[in-house]
Amino acid sequence: MLRYIIFAPLAGALINWLVGRRLRDERFIGIVACGSVGLSTIIGFYLAFKSAGALRSTQPVLDHLWTWIQVGSFRADFGLAMDRLSGVYVCFITFVGFLIHVFATGYMHGDRGYYRFFAYLNLFMFAMLTLVLGDNFLLMFVGWEGVGLCSYLLIGYYLDKAEAAPAAKKAFIANRVGDWGFVMGMLLLFWMTSGAGAPSISFFDKPGLTSALATIAHMTPEPFAWHYLWYGGITSIAILLFIGATGKSAQIPLYVWLPDAMAGPTPVSALIHAATMVTAGVYMLARCSAIFTHAPTAMFIVAIIGAATALFAATIGLAQNDIKKVLAYSTISQLGYMFLACGVGAFIAAIFHVMTHAFFKAQLFLGSGSVIHGMHHEQDMRRMGGLRKYMPITWLTMCCGWLAICGVPIWAGFFSKDEILWKVWVAGPFSIPAGDAKALWFVGIVTALLTAVYMTRLMVMTFWGRERFGAGGADDARHQVEHDGHSAEAVSAHDSHTPHESPWSMTIPLIVLAVLSTVGGLVGVPYAISSLAGGHPQNYFEEILAPSISTVPANEAPETSTTKLNLLSPPPEPIDGKPAIAPVGEAPGSATTHETPSPQEINEERLLALVSVLIALSGIGIGWFMFERRPLRAMPGLLENKYYVDEIYDVAIINPIEAGSREGLWKIFDVGVIDGIIHTLGGAVVRAGRTIRYLQFGFVRGYAAIILAGALILIGYFAYSGAHVLRFLVK
Amino acid sequence: MVPQLSWYLALSAVLFTIGVVGVMIKRNVISMFMCIELMLNAVNLTFVAFSSFFRDVSGQLFVFIVMTVAAAEAAVGLGIIIAIFRSRESLDVDDASTLKL
Repeated sequence: MLRYIIFAPLAGALINWLVGRRLRDERFIGIVACGSVGLSTIIGFYLAFKSAGALRSTQPVLDHLWTWIQVGSFRADFGLAMDRLSGVYVCFITFVGFLIHVFATGYMHGDRGYYRFFAYLNLFMFAMLTLVLGDNFLLMFVGWEGVGLCSYLLIGYYLDKAEAAPAAKKAFIANRVGDWGFVMGMLLLFWMTSGAGAPSISFFDKPGLTSALATIAHMTPEPFAWHYLWYGGITSIAILLFIGATGKSAQIPLYVWLPDAMAGPTPVSALIHAATMVTAGVYMLARCSAIFTHAPTAMFIVAIIGAATALFAATIGLAQNDIKKVLAYSTISQLGYMFLACGVGAFIAAIFHVMTHAFFKAQLFLGSGSVIHGMHHEQDMRRMGGLRKYMPITWLTMCCGWLAICGVPIWAGFFSKDEILWKVWVAGPFSIPAGDAKALWFVGIVTALLTAVYMTRLMVMTFWGRERFGAGGADDARHQVEHDGHSAEAVSAHDSHTPHESPWSMTIPLIVLAVLSTVGGLVGVPYAISSLAGGHPQNYFEEILAPSISTVPANEAPETSTTKLNLLSPPPEPIDGKPAIAPVGEAPGSATTHETPSPQEINEERLLALVSVLIALSGIGIGWFMFERRPLRAMPGLLENKYYVDEIYDVAIINPIEAGSREGLWKIFDVGVIDGIIHTLGGAVVRAGRTIRYLQFGFVRGYAAIILAGALILIGYFAYSGAHVLRFLVK
Repeated sequence: MVPQLSWYLALSAVLFTIGVVGVMIKRNVISMFMCIELMLNAVNLTFVAFSSFFRDVSGQLFVFIVMTVAAAEAAVGLGIIIAIFRSRESLDVDDASTLKL
C-alpha cells in the first residue's frame, strides 16, 4: 500500500509532462496534479490512522518493493516504511501539499508553463515522500537529492526572470556542500555498524537485516569532548549528518540559498521552502536520534547552530522589504528553533514545531502569494498598505498565521514554540552546562520577541496604514524613485489596477490552513497547561512520537517519561483540527506509566509559558507602535543588507575559488600541465616520425636487400647458436 | 645412380640464390616477379625432397598450400603490375618511388 503514496504523484508528474504538455488544458492539468496528491493524501491518512496503522501500532508499516543494491555485506532495499515519525510527516506533507496544489491552480492561472509547473510540483511530492518513507539511508538520500533537484527546477521556474537561474544554482550548490556531509556520514555509519558485526544502513529491522540505528543505540555514548568530532565515531557521524541537514534546512553557514530561493513561484516557496523540504533536515535528525543521543558534542553544536541561526535570521527578517524575503528569513529562524530543540534532545518538540510551522508558514506564504497575486505581482511591502479592505479573506486568514507564529496562546505556534523553549530551559541530559542551556533559552526568547516584531511589521505594512500603491502613496514617492526605477508610465499602468481578492481556489486553502494554524497546536498541549483546565494530563503528540524517537540512555536522563510507551487511547487526528483534549472515555488512571512531573516543575513551566506569552504580546505591541504610524521607517543598513553575508561569502569563498580555478586550475594546471603533457607527447611522436621516415627510401630492390639481410642475420644466428637453443627447447 | 637428398637440396639452394640475386639486380618488375616465383618453387622443391626422404606426406601438403598462395599472389601481383604500367608507362621499379619522402 505504501508504494501508492509515492507513486501516485510520480504518475501525476508523468501524465502532466507527457499528456498535459500536449493538451495545454489547465483544468486537465490541475485535476491530474491535485488528484494524484489527493490520492496519496487519502492513502497516507488511511495507513496512518487505520486500526493497526502507523500511528497506532508500535511496528512500522513496511512495504518492501525490491532489493536495490546488494554488494557483499552492503544491502540497500527499495523499501518503504511508515512508523510514527514518518506517519506524522506523511500526513502533513500530503495534506499541506494538496492544499498548496489547489492554491497553485489559481495562482498559476494563465502561465505558459502550467503543465511544467505541476509536473515539477508532483515530482517534488514523489521525492519528498520517498525521503520520508525510505527505510534506509540510501533511499532517503535518493529522496533527499530528488527534492533538491525539484527545488532547483522550481526556483528557476521563471525562465525570463534574471535572478531565478543564479538563485537556482545557488540553492543547488549550497545543497551539494551539505550532501557531502550526508554521504560521508552514511559511509561512516556503515563502516561503524560493520565493525560492530551488523553492517547495515537500514532504519528498521527487516528480515536478514539489522537496523543500523539499533546497533548504534546499543553502543556506549561517547563523552562530551571536542576531539570526538575528528575521532571517526558516533560523534563524527552525527556531525557529518548535521552538515547535510544544514544544507537542506538552511542553517548557518549554508542558509544563504533560501532567501534567494524566493525567486520561484510563491506556492513553491510555501510548499518546498517553508512547509516540507526544508524540514527534511529536522526529520533526518529525529530519525537518527539514536545517533545524536550518543553524541553529546554533536548535540551541543546542533543546539548552538540552531540558536544562532534563529537569532541571526530573525534580525535580518526585521529589515527586509520584500514580503517573501521576510517570510524566508522567518523560515530560517523557525528552522533554527527546530534545530535548537533537536540539540537539547527534544526531538518530539522539534517535530511538533515542524508540523505547526508547516501549517502557519504555508498559510503565511500562501497569504503572501494571494497578496502578490492581488497586487499584480508586486512584492515590495513599501508599496502595499491598507489591503485589508480589498482582500478581507486573505487578511483574516493571515492574521491567524501571524498570531500563530508570534506565539499567542491557542494558536498553534504557541504550543510548539513554548514546548521548545521549555525543553531548552530544562536541558540537562546532554551534558550541556546549565548556564549554557539558560543562555540558549535566552536566545530563543529574544528570537521570539523579534519574530513577533517583524511579523507585526509585515502585517502592518501590508494590511494596515495608508494605501501606498498607485498615486495615493505620496510619502513613499521617495522610495519609488529610489527603489523602483520604473518609468512613469509603468507606475501609471500599475495604477489602473486596484488590488482584488483572489479566486476561491486560492482562498479555500488559505481558510483551511488558517483553521489548522489556529487549532493544530492543540494536539500537543503540554501537561502543565492542560492541567490548568483539568484536561488530560498528557501531551498527545509526544505520546504518539515517543516510540520512534530514541532518548538519552536512561542513567543520565531525567526526562524518561517520554520514553515509555502508553497507547491506551487512540491518538487524535493531528491535522483535521479537532481539539485533542478531553477525549471521551479516557480514564485518567490510564497514564500510570507516565511519571507526572512534579508540581515544582509544572509551576516553572507555567511561569515560562507566561513569560513567552508576555514576550509575544510585547513583540506585537512593539511592532505595532513602531510601524503602524511609520511603516516605512528606515531600518539599520546592516540588517537590510543581511549582514553582508553574501558579500563576505563572495570575497572569502567564491572569489578565491573562481580566481583559483581561473588562474590556477585553468591557466596553470589545464593549460600548463594537462595541455603540456599532450603537446609534449604529440611533439615527440612527430619528431620521431620525422627522423624515422628517412628509413623509407623508396627503392623496391633496397627493401628486398634489407629483407635478405635480415633473413641472413637470423639464419646466421641460428646456425651458430640456434642449435643450443633448439636443444634446450627440446629438453 | 640414385639421386641423393643432397642433390635436391643443392638444386634448391641454387634456384633460391638465383631468385634472390634476380630480385636484387633486376629492375624490370616482371623479372622480379618471376624471381620471386623461382624462390617459392625452390622452397617447394626442398619440401618435396624432405617429404620423400622422411616418408612423411605433410611436406607435400605444404607444397599445395604454397602453390595456392603463390597463385593468389601472382594474380594480385600481376594486377598491381598492370596498374603501375598503366599509370607510368614503365616497368622499372626504381620509377615507382613516389611513396618516398
